[in-house]
Order: sequence, then C-alpha cells, then structure tokens
Amino acid sequence: MPRETQRAILRDALGIAIASGAYAVAFGAISVASGLSLLQTCAMSIVMFTGASQFAMVGVIGAGGSAWAGALAAVLLGTRNAFYSLRLASLLDARGWRRLLAAQFVLDETTAMAIARDKPEQSRFAYYATGAALFTLWNVGTLIGALATKAMSDPKVFGLDAAVPAAFLALLAPRLRAWEPLAIAVAAAVVAIALLPFVPAGVPLLIVALLVSLFGWLRR
Amino acid sequence: MAPTVTWAGVLVASVACYLLKLAGLALPQRWLQNPRFQATAPLIPIALLAALVGTGTFATGQHLVLDVRVAALAVAIVAVMLRAPFLVVVGVAAATAAMLRLVLP
Repeated sequence: MPRETQRAILRDALGIAIASGAYAVAFGAISVASGLSLLQTCAMSIVMFTGASQFAMVGVIGAGGSAWAGALAAVLLGTRNAFYSLRLASLLDARGWRRLLAAQFVLDETTAMAIARDKPEQSRFAYYATGAALFTLWNVGTLIGALATKAMSDPKVFGLDAAVPAAFLALLAPRLRAWEPLAIAVAAAVVAIALLPFVPAGVPLLIVALLVSLFGWLRR
Repeated sequence: MAPTVTWAGVLVASVACYLLKLAGLALPQRWLQNPRFQATAPLIPIALLAALVGTGTFATGQHLVLDVRVAALAVAIVAVMLRAPFLVVVGVAAATAAMLRLVLP
C-alpha cells in the first residue's frame, strides 16, 4: 500500500474518531443524568460500543422505563450491525481470535471506511485503523462526559433531558431523505406517544418495532 | 431503580449487541439474506429512533407532559433541517431547555 494512501486513511480515521469522541461525551453525560452509574456507563461504551443502542438504552431508562425495556430497544437497534458484518465478512476474512476482535469494531463508520476502498488490503487497514481510533476516543469521551455530569448537582438545569430526544433526532435525520421513511418516522412517533399513557414505559417502543416489522414484511 | 437490575440489563444488552456484530462474520451468509428480512431491517431503526424522539419529548414516566422539551425539540428540528452537525443539534436543544427553565417561573 502506498505511503500516501496509508496516511490518508489514518487521517480520515482520526477525524471520524474525534467527531465520535465528542458524541461520546454527550452519551456519558446523558447516561449519568438518566441515573446510570459511572461504571455502568463505561461498561456500555466498552462492551456494547454502538452509539444508537447506547443512547436508546439510557433514553428509555431516563424516561422511567425498566432496564429490560431499555435493553430490548438497544438490541433492536443493534440488529443493523449484523447486516454490516454480513457485508464485511468476505472483505475482512477474519478467523479465530481475530474474528472476535473484528466483530467489536462493526459500526456504521468502520463499515463505511472499509467499503469505500477498492483493494482488500486497504479495506482491512481502514477498518482496523478506524475501529481502534474510534474505540479509544469513544471510551475517553464517555468517561469525560460521565465524570463532568457526576459533578453537577442537577443535570436538568443544563437541559440534558431535552438533549436526549435531540440526539435521537440527529441520528434519525440522515435516514429520512425520502417520503416513505419520513412517513414511517412520523407514524412511529405518533403511535408511541398515543400508547404511552396505557402501557408501561418502554413498551410503546416494542409495539412500534413490531408494527414496522409487520409492515416491512407484508408490504410487497 | 435497583442497581442489580440495571446491571443485568446493561450486561445482557451489551453482550447481545456484540453477538449481533459477530453474527454476520460467523453465521452462514444465506441466513441473513432473505429478501423480506433485508427489506424490513432498515425500517426498524427509523421507527425506533422516531418513537424515542416522541416519547423522550412528551413522556415523564407514564404521563404525557408538555414542557420546555417541546420547544427544545422544535429548535433541534430546525438545526437538523439546516444540516447542523450532531453536537450542534444536541447543544442547541439543551441550551434552549436550560434557558427557558431559567426564564420561566
């Protein structure tokens, strides 16, 4: 691989990792504000290590839902990573213990970096470089956000409860570039709000996930 | 909430999310290639994230509440439409809620 290519990949990887690190600060802050401990917050960033799922879990718990409802929302959002890893399988060709390590790096960002390269050697380099940089800064960011929030007396004063839906909105927005997903999003939000007073917290999410799965399965 | 329950939820969800990442690398390729499954999978995050926006804005426990979070969401929507980066969207929403709480009785 040419030196310049290697350097360009590393530069991109670092840029992505820095942006994600800042995003992790928000996660650490919201997680502690939602009532999770410092250790639980850090454990999620190390083991779960997938942004949308982490935000979903602490969002549900923060809104008064049970830990299991939060866990289910996190897992449902994590299903997309299975499709990324499916796509990456032949590209990475990782076996044995390397596969166990490679799996932890399966994310939106690393997948994008890997499939953007046309040579397998460069794909693999981009994948692991982005994964390693992201993992490091994601966890540093989480710790900073969590520690800073722990030091506050009342996170509500800083509007952190309002930051949670805004974070979900920002994650959602890039997926809404067409009419169908926009309609699904609006319908899902309306259904979830309508169900809210009648079922335990967190359950509206599960019903919405079930309904959209049925819709997807039956629509053609 | 009992910390043990929270720990159990955190650990189970974390391991499950890891196993989902591992699945595509380890399972036979044809398992996840059912066309209906492929068409449905991308819709789930859209619906879930939208539902989380809705409940996170209007829910306090099991009650529907109208408070400064609605204004914060409106500001966030504008920021998203202007294609502001993630942290700006989150930051303006938090700042809106914090300032309104300061100003309102």
